[in-house]
Amino acid sequence: MAATAQKRSAWSVIWDYLTTVDHKKIAILYLMGGGFFFLLGGLEAMLIRIQLAVPNNDFLSAGMFNQVITMHGTTMIFLAAMPLLIAFMNAVVPLQIGARDVAFPFLNALGFWVFFFGGVFLNLSWFLGGAPDAGWTSYASLAIDSPGHGVDFYALGLQITGAGTLMTGINFVTTIITMRAPGMTFMRMPLMTWTTLVAAVLIVFAFPPLTIALFLLIFDRMFGSNFFIVEAGGNTIIWEHFFWIFGHPEVYILILPAFGIFSEIFSIFARKRLFGYSSMVFATVLIGFFGFMVWAHHMFTTGLGATANAIFGVATMAIAIPTGIKIFNWILTIWGGSIKFTTPMLYALAFIPSFTMGGVTGIMLATVPADYQFHDTYFVVAHFHYVIVGGTVFAILAGLHLYWPLMFNTMLNERLGKWTFWLFFTGFHLTFLIQHWLGLWGMPRRVFTYLDGQGYNLANMVSTIGAVLMAVATLILAYNIVMTIVRNERVGKDPWGDGRTLEWSLPLPVPYYNFAQIPLIRGLDAYQIEKEENNGEMIPSEPLDDFHMPNNSFIPFVMSFGLFVTGFGALYFASGKDWAINAVSNMPVHDWALYVLIAGLAITFISMGVRSWKDDLGYYVKKEELERDLAALEEERGAN
Amino acid sequence: MAEMRYNVPDNQWPDHPERATLEGKNKQLGFWVFLGGETVLFASLFATYLALENSVPSDDHLLTYDLFQLELAFVMTMFLLTSSLTSVYAVYHMRNNNFAKMQIWLIVTVLLGAGFLALEIYEFSHFVELGHTFRSSAFASAFYFLLGTHGFHVAVGLVWITLLILRNARRGLSVYTAAKVNTAALYWHFIDVVWVFIFSIVYLLGVI
Repeated sequence: MAATAQKRSAWSVIWDYLTTVDHKKIAILYLMGGGFFFLLGGLEAMLIRIQLAVPNNDFLSAGMFNQVITMHGTTMIFLAAMPLLIAFMNAVVPLQIGARDVAFPFLNALGFWVFFFGGVFLNLSWFLGGAPDAGWTSYASLAIDSPGHGVDFYALGLQITGAGTLMTGINFVTTIITMRAPGMTFMRMPLMTWTTLVAAVLIVFAFPPLTIALFLLIFDRMFGSNFFIVEAGGNTIIWEHFFWIFGHPEVYILILPAFGIFSEIFSIFARKRLFGYSSMVFATVLIGFFGFMVWAHHMFTTGLGATANAIFGVATMAIAIPTGIKIFNWILTIWGGSIKFTTPMLYALAFIPSFTMGGVTGIMLATVPADYQFHDTYFVVAHFHYVIVGGTVFAILAGLHLYWPLMFNTMLNERLGKWTFWLFFTGFHLTFLIQHWLGLWGMPRRVFTYLDGQGYNLANMVSTIGAVLMAVATLILAYNIVMTIVRNERVGKDPWGDGRTLEWSLPLPVPYYNFAQIPLIRGLDAYQIEKEENNGEMIPSEPLDDFHMPNNSFIPFVMSFGLFVTGFGALYFASGKDWAINAVSNMPVHDWALYVLIAGLAITFISMGVRSWKDDLGYYVKKEELERDLAALEEERGAN
Repeated sequence: MAEMRYNVPDNQWPDHPERATLEGKNKQLGFWVFLGGETVLFASLFATYLALENSVPSDDHLLTYDLFQLELAFVMTMFLLTSSLTSVYAVYHMRNNNFAKMQIWLIVTVLLGAGFLALEIYEFSHFVELGHTFRSSAFASAFYFLLGTHGFHVAVGLVWITLLILRNARRGLSVYTAAKVNTAALYWHFIDVVWVFIFSIVYLLGVI
């Protein structure tokens, strides 16, 4: 342990993170990347709320407003919420199932770098002629006519990011199926692991339709095809179907890991076993399954016909059943528990009513005739912010406090954490509750301003004030994080004192190989069982011996960088070509673009070839090193 | 040290060398999951094609029954199906620890695959001459996107298997290289199955 405490040069740390394949470090990378984009998306949200605070405002122009709302949605969904959840999956799941790493450590690193470069590519659009402005759903009828390269940045950027997410999905499905410790049967997996598994399956099956939809858009705008060009036989509804066949499972990809985090929190801080574990697992799988057959409820007003609308409306309402099962199980977990009101627990308690409100408006929206009224109003905006902020963002903030000690071996300040919570919670309801009424009063979404005297003034001002409170909460959180890092007060094993699952049984900082000996799992809440029966010591399932670990690699970074270069090549290659869509063919021609395109592809494919050609056999951690580490831990415990 | 654990003595060669290590097991399962995603990818392409089949801007555009010749499609199908069979032979010899025969069958697989790809390129260039191009109609765009994505997969598979043949030439068989060959064979079967659907849905349904 002493060796890791030595001062290292900044460059060696950076190089370590650029080449790491360790899931714990990749979790930190995801946290930083996702956190950065979360701040960016939050900034965009503030711009929206400033613009809408008063009627007839000209803080943002109409065109700029469209860019800001598009990038707010896209950034928050693809570049903030999902990566932040993946950060916790990476940090927790391998530890929770008793694995030394994920199934494909190299792919894990590749997934991160591909996501990161895709996100950077998308956001560089701000500086390179304007961001996408066709909304985060980028409906083809709008996207085809959007001038400039904005929508091309959207399509190419999401294509790159999406590839990274797909890799992560494949990785976690495999990890959870093959890498569980002896005794960790499927029905002994903690809920966080279960929800990660189902979310990862959803990623694998939901992202390919988005890939195809984005390709259709890229080809139409940049390479002269006719998928959405009605005059040539095309059909723009194809985009809507594909986008929502992806988009609806996507919201479950966002909410299921959030359910997982909250399930852990309820059981830890109510100090009880999770109520109705098997029904929770059943509900998780069922939600994942239903997630694929409700996409057309986003398209009730498209004109699919009464029968299709009725089927999708009923299927949507059916999802309330497994979700209701979960809500009641959480309530019954708290019931009779000995509750500790920590910051994560506050978020979890606030989540139940907030998320349920979002769920209830979801049922209202699934009622087809009523949806014709709600469609494209602020009611919809209020609904999805209640589920995504009240569910996913609360879970991310709760998870940040809960898992911070596991990731960084320090504790976030509880006092500041509670300040953040109360400000964020108040600000959230202040911002979005009133938007239900705004919608019912008839204010359409995605308008850049509204006239005075329509009765929208007060409600919009209230909404903006709420957004300011959330911004203040975020600043306090940032201060909390900085101060925690500066103070650097180390904590030991099981810092919350009530950890029940395997990850809390590990010494902090967690050794790079996680487990010197893979433990034997004797039931649900594996660590809690050993606390009750074996003095908190996990029983090893194997003798102390050498084991295999993967090598670090710089190739993931290079491969992803190649895709980033390819993106620019493809984008500027289309500029000014007569076959491209009018919006793109009017732009200046760039002769160098073809070479950039080829260079980018060459970088990616050659690094793939190198990866395939070279043997990457990994290395063995020696028994002697493990014995040294265990002895050091023993000594430390003696000293305390 | 690490090297030694991958090289199994001949008399201890496992029945399933591709799954003999944890890495090999992970690779096999992970690749099946990937193929699950690929299935959805191709399903989306088929859906696009079926939505836009024969959807053209004016009457003078070529439609499915003007274009497709089942004779050529049949020959292409035979090439690809046979190459799938030869990749099974390669995996069979891999499991029997017969490196030389495995390499030969992999080479045959690549040759048959290349034959398929050459015929597909010939067919595309023929269609382009007739005026059926990527940019001529929504139908044509969907046709080339579906078949082009499949053809791209074939090309990737050819490069992949060729690289494996070359890289393993000096290394021989071990449980490490066996897992790699097995994954490539799985992939090859998958693009074969996709072609069966293309033949049925695009060609057969197109001319009936």
